Amino acid sequence: METTPQFFRHSPGPFARFLVFALLSCLLIAEDTRFKYFPNLRQAIGVMIFPLQQIAYFPADIYDRIEEFIASFYWMEENEKLRQLYLENKAQLLTLHALEAENRHLRNLLGAVEKNQLQTGANVILAEILYTPRDPFNRKITLNKGSYHDIQLGQAVIDDKGIVGQVTQLYPWWSEVTLLTDKDHSVPVQVLRNNIRSIVTGTGKNDELALRFLSMNTDIQRDDLLVTSGIGGVYPSGIPVAVVQRIEQDSGGDFALIISTPVAGVDRNKQVLVLPLVPAALNELGEPAQGRR
Amino acid sequence: MTQDVYVPANNWVIAVSLVAALILNLMPLQGDFLVLRPDFVAIALAYWNVNHPYKIGMLIAFFLGLMMDVGDAGILGQHALAYCVIVYLTSVFGRRLRLFNAVRQAPQIGLILFMMQTVMVLIAISTGSPSPEWHYFLATVTGALLWVPASVMLTTLQKPKADPDVL
Repeated sequence: METTPQFFRHSPGPFARFLVFALLSCLLIAEDTRFKYFPNLRQAIGVMIFPLQQIAYFPADIYDRIEEFIASFYWMEENEKLRQLYLENKAQLLTLHALEAENRHLRNLLGAVEKNQLQTGANVILAEILYTPRDPFNRKITLNKGSYHDIQLGQAVIDDKGIVGQVTQLYPWWSEVTLLTDKDHSVPVQVLRNNIRSIVTGTGKNDELALRFLSMNTDIQRDDLLVTSGIGGVYPSGIPVAVVQRIEQDSGGDFALIISTPVAGVDRNKQVLVLPLVPAALNELGEPAQGRR
Repeated sequence: MTQDVYVPANNWVIAVSLVAALILNLMPLQGDFLVLRPDFVAIALAYWNVNHPYKIGMLIAFFLGLMMDVGDAGILGQHALAYCVIVYLTSVFGRRLRLFNAVRQAPQIGLILFMMQTVMVLIAISTGSPSPEWHYFLATVTGALLWVPASVMLTTLQKPKADPDVL
């Protein structure tokens, strides 16, 4: 066992190597979290591991096929249910169109700023959730559509109930969505009941969002629905985000601790909708709203 | 590369086992399975480094870590550093570990895996992430449990290949 002294003449010892690579990793970590000089580095590695990922998805793929096959026995029932739902929604959409026209007319009469068009059905992309990455430190999901399928950075992602998150990393054939609950993620919202504007921030915990910087006497109650306000120009306005769960007095702080739960269920459904980017015109709309404060 | 007194391992077996471990790591799992899933790449790296030192350089571990970072949507460099820690610790303690059989190596490998996970947590916390739940460290336990079957499997895999290579 003591017969390998010549090794040390050829190359540096393990600790020196380790130091070099530790330094390299630390530089990369700093680069990735702060500076982002090489945005394409991730994509390049992503393309490299793509075939491996395809192989890794293979068993899950088979499982999905089997599940689909079993579900296919209930297609008739489901079809009927969906058709009924479609008719109901269609009726609601018709009244919505009427309201929209009326709203625009009234706004014209008042001379108010033209609000952005409701983009119902305007080139939304249906994507499937591939998997939830293992990393427990951030809240992300991976979708099966990427830049090849015309997905763009910053697009909002919703499901049938509300906002899921935002596309934050783009690969050729898949993309990463940062969920609402990620600690770095904030959404401008307003309370549906009384239009109080605020910003809801992820806490890094599952199913928990925090409404920050609202004082104790703010008119906010349990079960209040928070919808996107459209300020900031990322999310279109009026999409449900979260329901207020509990309101506590922050010990020592001046603000109330308002915890809400997101309405969208990421773990429950497989398909999500990727909304088109909000046109630049809305960014101008955001300006006066911020100036008023 | 420098030759150890031990039988040199076939490079193909090493490469295939590492790629297989990477694929196992990239498997889309959810819920409890995701919590319990050990880090296969870390175990494979530890195995080769303990039993055939100097076969896998830190550079390979570093690149495998980068691939895991992209696959896991984590911070770039987090797994890379963690796998370098594995290679470093196993090359320092490898000789001592080789004195034991696989069953008695398992708890010590568990300790090394625990250190790797601690490094990952420290990196995540230093970049502002909240600290994970306690069950994040369950992967260490399953990793230590997996050590025995993994090392038995990898040893038997290279046996027919290694024998004619010696002479």
